[in-house]
Amino acid sequence: MTENEILEILETVNDPEIPVLTIVDLGIVRKISVDNEKIEITITPTYTGCPAMLVIEKDIKDALIQKGVKEENIKIATSISPAWTTDWLSENGRKKLEEYGIAPPVNEVDKSLLFAEPTPVPCPICKSKNTKMVSQFGSTSCKAHYQCKDCLEPFDYFKCLK
Amino acid sequence: MNELFEYTIRMADDSLILGQRLAELCGHGPILEEDIALTNISLDLIGQATSLLNYAAEIEVGNRTADDLAFLRYGTEYKNLLLTEQPNNDFAHTMVRQFFFDSFRKPFYEKLQLSTDKTLAAIAEKSLKETKYHLKHSSEWVIRLGDGTEESRERMVVAVEALYKYTAELFFMDDVDQKLLEQGIAVDLNEIQKEWNRYVNEIFSEATLEIPENGWVQSGGRLGKHTEHLGYLLADMQYMQRAYPGMTW
Repeated sequence: MTENEILEILETVNDPEIPVLTIVDLGIVRKISVDNEKIEITITPTYTGCPAMLVIEKDIKDALIQKGVKEENIKIATSISPAWTTDWLSENGRKKLEEYGIAPPVNEVDKSLLFAEPTPVPCPICKSKNTKMVSQFGSTSCKAHYQCKDCLEPFDYFKCLK
Repeated sequence: MNELFEYTIRMADDSLILGQRLAELCGHGPILEEDIALTNISLDLIGQATSLLNYAAEIEVGNRTADDLAFLRYGTEYKNLLLTEQPNNDFAHTMVRQFFFDSFRKPFYEKLQLSTDKTLAAIAEKSLKETKYHLKHSSEWVIRLGDGTEESRERMVVAVEALYKYTAELFFMDDVDQKLLEQGIAVDLNEIQKEWNRYVNEIFSEATLEIPENGWVQSGGRLGKHTEHLGYLLADMQYMQRAYPGMTW
């Protein structure tokens, strides 16, 4: 199996918490190496406490096994350096997020500025820019909680992490 | 003594114990958004503890895993700061504790990123991004509550009085730090202390709060001497592994 063929298989593995994104869209697959039969895949967590990592490892294994790879030939390594950033989110991933109702990351707010007006995040539903941040912590580590002041819909914002 | 193991365990225990404390608030936060925020911060801290404990397990010559280190040590073997084990009490105590800790952790991680130990540097780089969010959150609450209503201010004054005495320990250094400082691994906490004082004073003045004049300080956590609160926390945290040894999901 070539690295490209493996990448194609990984493109079918979805993130368990944001199932509209694949792990490749998210940019958490950092390296694929093939040595004869042996396959090693390096992944990186979005946040250190991301509880999805173990599930992702298992899903990768299952996907490869389904394509005929022997379990003993699969190794999954975790690396935390360089640290994951939302810049690694693919263009395609950003599009899919918005369609799903999660606002994709916009430019980072200076976190040292207290009570700073958060960067305006357009509502993923009605596209209005008249939105407000409800809390910088949301339903998962990678999201903040927003509300649209025009259509009044609450929505998740995929926080910018750099 | 293996200094690198000791240094890593101290850092790991700060994250683990404070993460466990905040986890107690899951489903008990004062409002829904705050419940989610506190448990998000808890999750980040436990994530950081996992990275650090994995590294500690790797350094140690023995068979202990990160899980063994987290769940199967006795109270005196935990090396966390006394500040991190203090009870949640009311929201003022929870936030003041968090603020004192975050104001320390941010400059600490900024320096640890430059450590000659590549693993610690990588963990610091990753954790710093999360810590910036934590510090912004706790700083804003300290200002909002200190410069808030009569009652919120009153409670903040009580919380600061109760917790300030544990902050001297943030800058505790002994032979472990000295040996690793020489190798460029550890962070010089004297430098961090200056930055911490500057930042805490800045936020306190905006919050109309004052540093207590009573100079009494309490320390001991880094050497395994704890306040009575740690035992109860550990009983809760270790219950499952103590009652059903070796149990897995």
